[in-house]
Amino acid sequence: MSGVAKLAVRVADVVPVNDLVTRFRFEARDGSLLPAFSGGAHTVVEMDDHGTRRLNPYSLMSDPGDRSGYEISVRRDDAGRGGSLFMHRHVRPGMEMVLSHPVNLFGLDSRARKYLMIAGGIGITPFLSQIAQLSRTGGRFELHYAARNPALGSYMDRLQAAHPDRVQCYFDDDGQQIDLARVLSRQPIGTHLYVCGPKGMIAWVLGTAERMGWPPQSLHSEEFIAPPVGQPFTVELAASGHTLNVGAAQSLLEAIEASGVDAPYLCRGGACGQCETKVIRCDGQLLHNDHWLTPEEQAEGRKIMPCVSRAAGGTLVIDR
Amino acid sequence: MTLTPVAPTIRSRPVYAPLAAVPGHLHLVIADGEGAEAVTDMLERAPDAAGFLALTHFLYCPGPTGTDLSDRLQALGAMQFFRAPTIPALLPRLQRVLTDAHMGSRFYLAGSEGLIGQAERDIMATGFPFAAIQKEHRGSTLRRVQCVHCKGITENVATDPFQCSHCGLNLFVRDHYSRRLAAFQGVNIDAEDPGEVPESVVRFT
Repeated sequence: MSGVAKLAVRVADVVPVNDLVTRFRFEARDGSLLPAFSGGAHTVVEMDDHGTRRLNPYSLMSDPGDRSGYEISVRRDDAGRGGSLFMHRHVRPGMEMVLSHPVNLFGLDSRARKYLMIAGGIGITPFLSQIAQLSRTGGRFELHYAARNPALGSYMDRLQAAHPDRVQCYFDDDGQQIDLARVLSRQPIGTHLYVCGPKGMIAWVLGTAERMGWPPQSLHSEEFIAPPVGQPFTVELAASGHTLNVGAAQSLLEAIEASGVDAPYLCRGGACGQCETKVIRCDGQLLHNDHWLTPEEQAEGRKIMPCVSRAAGGTLVIDR
Repeated sequence: MTLTPVAPTIRSRPVYAPLAAVPGHLHLVIADGEGAEAVTDMLERAPDAAGFLALTHFLYCPGPTGTDLSDRLQALGAMQFFRAPTIPALLPRLQRVLTDAHMGSRFYLAGSEGLIGQAERDIMATGFPFAAIQKEHRGSTLRRVQCVHCKGITENVATDPFQCSHCGLNLFVRDHYSRRLAAFQGVNIDAEDPGEVPESVVRFT
């Protein structure tokens, strides 16, 4: 079975946080402690959405020091493929669900002297577990958190109350924006930067930092992308001899799995690299959506990340 | 004189590359001996050498074999130039500069492996990623070696094997390198048969 080992859990709590965000708490069905994780880790939640299997990654936001349960916060995406809507509409306390073991692609580099954190919207979730972890070890951090308005600023109150001089909030509706150049220029040597939020924000933060002389090794970002909806296309699996149709709202990885082929995966959001697959032939065009392959590799067209990427305009043959 | 070649051996053995000017608000250039030439070569390749020098703080000392190119570096007219007589006299200045340094500072190390390693160790201790520290080995190949038995460090080791300057054991100089200690590892060569020591040869100059 691909992916990492599974955890049998029960939904312990479902708490609306605001108009868009709901928090879910999971505990082990047998009452045992859940596996340890570190701040920034995520889990892949398996959903049985009335016959459609959905696997979505969510950052763990609870305290890594507390293994009695895991908490995630899910932002409802009304235009998405349906995973977040399923979580909001159908997941209730007492339900049995399956999670993956936690995996951390956004861990704190323990060599850093200080952590500069920049969050946009629901991108706050990995920072909640990281801050809980740092609060135990006395690590130095500074959080800049942008949300549309105070009502949609999930957990802002909690963060500001606990760390009044380390948390700075910004509201898009009030035209507030982080003075990024100023913030970046006053960080002591040995600071590592962590950014999580919308794609545009991540690109802006990383681009500005690089131009200001921050080395790439000190820059960390995380963005899970949902597989985009596209045109249906045909794929030939050379190794297993199947020819499949990938539906408009289905990812290539999901189509491969639906055909009974056990393909590797981990994050299912284009970030971890686990599902990388060789392209044997592509008559049409590869639509790369991941941020694992380098721009050069994407242009070369010899690899594809089936969790988020697609093809269009001709047959695709992959080594799977 | 160009980059001192390093024969590929084990993964632990440091490798080096020519320096290149990169964006930053402070360029901390730390060099000894022939390392000054790595710096002047980099400036010749730099698109805006004058702009680079206006943000540059040089820390320089003569190399382990006596090469002193202080005048050449000082004449470049950088924002700040500091000359120390030796590496141990240079390092406290580096630590002072690091105390106030901010992200956006870039580090360029050039010259002997002893200077490069000790500066790298101190910069790394701030949490700055070591892989982002540029290093170009020039000139002397004399080694800084830690005796793995008594832990004493001997500077400027030329021969292999050599006698530990602290405990007196005969040490074989390995390519096994410690970034944390900024030293190659020296291991007792006649532990099983005391006194049976291969003839010492000059391997480092």
